[in-house]
Amino acid sequence: MNVGNVFFALCSVAALVGAICTVLAKNPIRGAMGLLLTIVGIAGLFLKLNAQFLAAIQLIVYAGAVVVLFVFVIMLLGPDAGHGEPKTEPTGRVLRGLSGLLMAALALVSLALVLLQTGDDKPQRFGHVGPQHGSVEAVGQQLFTKAIVPFELATALLIVAVVGAIAVARSRHQVRTKKQSPSATRRFFHGPLHPRDAGRPLTGEEL
Amino acid sequence: MNILGNVVEHYVLLSALIFTIGSIGFLVRRNVLVQLMSIELMLNAVNLALVAFNRRHVGDMNGQVFSFFIIAVAAAEAAVGLAIVLSFYRLKQSVFSDDADQLRL
Repeated sequence: MNVGNVFFALCSVAALVGAICTVLAKNPIRGAMGLLLTIVGIAGLFLKLNAQFLAAIQLIVYAGAVVVLFVFVIMLLGPDAGHGEPKTEPTGRVLRGLSGLLMAALALVSLALVLLQTGDDKPQRFGHVGPQHGSVEAVGQQLFTKAIVPFELATALLIVAVVGAIAVARSRHQVRTKKQSPSATRRFFHGPLHPRDAGRPLTGEEL
Repeated sequence: MNILGNVVEHYVLLSALIFTIGSIGFLVRRNVLVQLMSIELMLNAVNLALVAFNRRHVGDMNGQVFSFFIIAVAAAEAAVGLAIVLSFYRLKQSVFSDDADQLRL
């Protein structure tokens, strides 16, 4: 056991514990904290896999933006953000339990098939890579040459998502402004137009 | 020895476990916020598998570029999903997916 092995073990245990916390949490804010733990653990695994750029991106985008967005929404909803699960009819409960069990069984069977397969090919250790692998230069080179079209499409997607999120989430009540006075000229000048009218109170009739 | 964390199998195993946990959470939980977090878990698991496979191909960054795009799409998805949750809460005063039954006959 060297430092790399211990680092892998720590990060993977953190990621697993965080994932289980996220799914089991009664309080959604605890779920968000579990998600944060998973994300930090996976960022550590990215570092172990020589993907420094992606580890930084993972921390900035997920831990810095997505989890904060989740926490904002949970705090905005306050106590209504759902503590525990509502009571429902037993049919739905049985169906949900069955679907969860089916998913777990599928995963277990596939894992067992993979782990128990008999073959003489030993697991192949990672080869040595230089500092270039996973650096900003290498990923950016690929991103701006071969993947330039998806990159530009991703920018369009992000803009559309931001505009769509604002359009969906803003409340309809605050859109309407207060009633405006009928005359545009009067609104514009906002006072008597002629010195002769300086002493008279504005009624709105003179325009 | 010292094979722990130095072969791609360990990362793919961990990725499969996290993906399964996320999918079970999405199927079983009914709090929409927790369901969205489960989706994020699944996307993270896929990212981990892609980067782990990319580690085997020295000098090729395709897996990491894929992962980069998945992170971008996940951020967009979280923003739109949480906006829909807020809108749904405003409509129904609830965050449980059972209450989203307007299309039910």
